[in-house]
Amino acid sequence: MVGASLAGLSAARSLRKQGYDGRLVVIGDELHRPYDRPPLSKEFLAGTLGEEDLTLEADGEDLSAEWLLGVRATGLDHTARAVRLADGREVHADGFVIATGAAARTFPGSEGLAGVHTLRTLDDARALRDELVRGGRLVVIGGGFIGAEVASTAYALGLEVTVIEAAPTPLAGPLGETMGAVVSALHADHGVRLLCGVGVKGLSGERQVDAVLLEDGRSIPADIVVVGVGARPCVEWLEGSGVVLDNGVKCGADGRTSLAGVVAVGDCASWYDPRAGHHRRVEHWTGARERPEAAIATLLAGGAVEPGVPRPPYFWSDQYGVKIQFAGHATGADSVTIEDGAADDRNVLAVYRRAGNPVAVLGMNQPRLFMRWRKQLAATS
Amino acid sequence: MIPACPLADLPRGEAFRLETDPPVSVFHTEDGELFALDDTCTHQDASLADGWVEDCWVECPLHASKFNLKTGEVDAPPAKLPVRTHQVVVEDGMIYVKLSTAAPNLPHCVARKLAGAGT
Ligand SMILES: Cc1cc2nc3c(=O)[nH]c(=O)nc-3n(C[C@H](O)[C@H](O)[C@H](O)COP(=O)(O)OP(=O)(O)OC[C@H]3O[C@@H](n4cnc5c(N)ncnc54)[C@H](O)[C@@H]3O)c2cc1C
Ligand code: FES
Repeated sequence: MVGASLAGLSAARSLRKQGYDGRLVVIGDELHRPYDRPPLSKEFLAGTLGEEDLTLEADGEDLSAEWLLGVRATGLDHTARAVRLADGREVHADGFVIATGAAARTFPGSEGLAGVHTLRTLDDARALRDELVRGGRLVVIGGGFIGAEVASTAYALGLEVTVIEAAPTPLAGPLGETMGAVVSALHADHGVRLLCGVGVKGLSGERQVDAVLLEDGRSIPADIVVVGVGARPCVEWLEGSGVVLDNGVKCGADGRTSLAGVVAVGDCASWYDPRAGHHRRVEHWTGARERPEAAIATLLAGGAVEPGVPRPPYFWSDQYGVKIQFAGHATGADSVTIEDGAADDRNVLAVYRRAGNPVAVLGMNQPRLFMRWRKQLAATS
Repeated sequence: MIPACPLADLPRGEAFRLETDPPVSVFHTEDGELFALDDTCTHQDASLADGWVEDCWVECPLHASKFNLKTGEVDAPPAKLPVRTHQVVVEDGMIYVKLSTAAPNLPHCVARKLAGAGT
């Protein structure tokens, strides 16, 4: 098992649940036992949850695994059936689970400039929190979910916040233009400045960042900068291994890779999506938790099981006290209708349809109706 | 015993939420069994009545921890504590709940709110 986070832990649990009682080695390059990332931009960053609240293992949970933590996997040798580690060791195994997740994209030229952060790991969150509590002006580059959540948390902590988004509408990719505009209007509702349709040219500052320079010539003063421009799958260690890579590890609808005895799960894996008819890399918590079950069934059966159709992808986000939930695929929808609530109240249940059939659903503070639609989506699409 | 609702008003696969403090939900499974649990997830402020019921489990509508309807046990984090279970009685077509005397496992945020409301 390579990658010791949510997908790796879920795969380890599935292995034991499905009756595998042999040796299990979990390799992870972070020093921490598996922890929960979503609170890193929310409650943990706000200071209302501590590190002990983030652990993903239950009290007393024992998977009888050997944890090799703080060491990076550098290669997979399929012929020798071994994973190579950065410290020169090799781990031999009969089956391999790739669960190396994703890493935050950085802003070129920001290396070594104090005050500039990305947010992916517990260590990132600690460092950012230490600066946020001192207050000041925060500029968030990228109006995606993580950027928006950081903005919302920092606003609640009393910082002066600006969000910069290169696209005309934030979240248009995952939510579509219409609803992306509704959700990102939460920033303005709270007096957080949102600048759209303008790229970032660079950062200014000697050792400490002091401003973000925009392509239109403006300069936005900043004490702290958070770069939230997405994540890239951590798969470079697999190059040359024979595992086919294409925006992550290319997988079948049950996590099988191009190599026998190797499956991939979580943010690093691009599974074939039978509903969409193409491969998709899903970067959501629920996928990393649910899908390993199917992947492990495939691994244990030597690929001899017929893949089922996984539930439509689901994710949530919490911003400015509003619970945002989304399931399905917005791309490919030809209409969006508000079935309940009102966009102006930021209390909405919106259904995305393609040729009249529901393909996705978005809820803002609508958990009850959202669940009804989410179930329906799973049953029909 | 607290009256919930007539059995005829609670179809299989549905849940009924009682506005007790803390709230309690009665679940009617597809197999026709009735169970009562504290309605609030032990992780954060989510109503389990809005959850996804499959077999003997209800999945939290927010972050997918599952609770066993019979025992209240949780399958895996992010929720870490079981929910409290209550006894269900049906008399003359009416569903009643006999509240447990055990302490509930409310999430931090809800417990704080309740404590705050009392002062
Ligand atoms: C700040 C933040 C907030 C989020 N909020 C939400 C949310 O609200 N809702 C939602 O649905 N999702 C959210 N997510 C996404 C969710 O956390 C991820 O989908 C989930 O963590 C994916 O799990 P994973 O195990 O696949 O990958 P990861 O959690 O990325 O774990 C991969 C692990 O593998 C390790 N690794 C990488 N390369 C190697 C190597 N070569 N050798 C050894 N180890 C390696 C990494 O260090 C890491 O520990 C959020 C993510 C972040 C960062
Ligand atoms: S609120 Fe129930 S699992 Fe998070």
